[in-house]
Amino acid sequence: MSPRITLATGGRVLRQIRHDPRTIALLLAVPALLLTLMRFVFDGQEQVFQSIGAPLCGLFPFIVMFLVSSITMLRERTTGTLERLMTLPMSKLDLLLGYGLAFGALAAAQAIVVCLVGFGLLGLVAPHGVLLVGALAILNALLGMALGLLLSAFARTEFQAVQFMPAFIFPQLLLCGLFVARADMAPLLEAVSWLLPFTYAYDALERAVSPAALGAAILVDVLVVIGTTIGALALGALTLKRRTP
Amino acid sequence: MPEFAVEIEDLEVVRGGNPVIRSMSLEVGAGTITGLLGPSGCGKTTLMRSIVGAQIVAGGRIRVLGRAAGSQDLRSTVGYVTQAPSVYGDLTVRENLEYFGRVVGVGDDRVSETVSLVGLEDHFDRLVSSLSGGETARVSLASALLNRPRLLVLDEPTVGLDPVLRAELWRDFRELADGGVTLLVSSHVMDEAGECDDLLLMREGRLLRHCAPDALRRETGEEDLGRAFLEVIERTGGS
Repeated sequence: MSPRITLATGGRVLRQIRHDPRTIALLLAVPALLLTLMRFVFDGQEQVFQSIGAPLCGLFPFIVMFLVSSITMLRERTTGTLERLMTLPMSKLDLLLGYGLAFGALAAAQAIVVCLVGFGLLGLVAPHGVLLVGALAILNALLGMALGLLLSAFARTEFQAVQFMPAFIFPQLLLCGLFVARADMAPLLEAVSWLLPFTYAYDALERAVSPAALGAAILVDVLVVIGTTIGALALGALTLKRRTP
Repeated sequence: MPEFAVEIEDLEVVRGGNPVIRSMSLEVGAGTITGLLGPSGCGKTTLMRSIVGAQIVAGGRIRVLGRAAGSQDLRSTVGYVTQAPSVYGDLTVRENLEYFGRVVGVGDDRVSETVSLVGLEDHFDRLVSSLSGGETARVSLASALLNRPRLLVLDEPTVGLDPVLRAELWRDFRELADGGVTLLVSSHVMDEAGECDDLLLMREGRLLRHCAPDALRRETGEEDLGRAFLEVIERTGGS
């Protein structure tokens, strides 16, 4: 692996997105607009808005980067550029880390906007600092990206890749505890929720925006998120084949 | 330099349960332009993918520039241009070439040099998706020329190009060969066969003939290489 190729790949992915200003505008504006919408849906119910809106600031990047990265990689597979790259002196890690750099940077921009709006304008509070929420948002975005890259190997078309979002992300969103406490779910679902990475991403954010002391539990959450990211990237690397049938 | 850029012994490739290449053996002379000809679906692309190491093969041996096909050090000496241009449509010509240039480790001066080589200097800062099919194909070709490969494998590089451009590209190929590069070029346009030093005629996964254009003309008594190819098919008991 080579830092030159990794950096070039990250720059290339960002350049591709730069040529699509509408996507950039959507990436930056949509989470903030949804959060604003939510503020007025829960008009006068500050506590409900705080308990759902504040963690969402750090979960949006997960959802968005999952989608964007799976489609970017799918295009790479279907247009033959992946096959070209695999015949060049480039390691798979260069490609995956390059994607990580690009989508990490994009997630940071997205997190900055949504946190400024949420914690700056809409009255959400982060007792342990907005920076912690922002850092978790970037980690979550990288997890979303790693899962997106992995799942893109199982999609043949962009239509299929888009369906992976309701298929893989919505159930996790429902089971993570954001809308209903996991303890109140059917016991089987609560058991399943322990196996889903999104649960840990949410749990860390929930702790980051509650006034209680952070404790060691958030550390466990963060380690699970990072571990799953590395695992998904490793599995994703296995789906990048130099030789195909 | 070894005598042969590519040596293949008893190559077998099976795709989706069907044999696509059947016990094929051949050599490609170093510094030559070898034309790979045959009807669509006869296995040309599969053979080329096998040579660049992108194809899972069922049997046989392929040596490229003295090494096993697909080995790591060949990745910087073998250039492969697929039939569908494999470049990024949402980047400019410059951004595409600069990216592939960084991957193979050449500087931006080589990028400008290569873009002139394929005659795209006027389109340097245009998005690839806004170019014509032929121009896009030349961006794809330029990407493979960046690091001056010693073996260039080109899958139907002239498809969809106008005759002037085709003639220009063949002049470029000849220049590259004169500079010591080995070119393996597939085509189903028989009038391009005359530009090659050597011809590989393929049909249904088998190699029918391996000879120079003139030898094919002499053997069949046909001046036109297209008719000569048909004659060979008839003699080998084809339909």
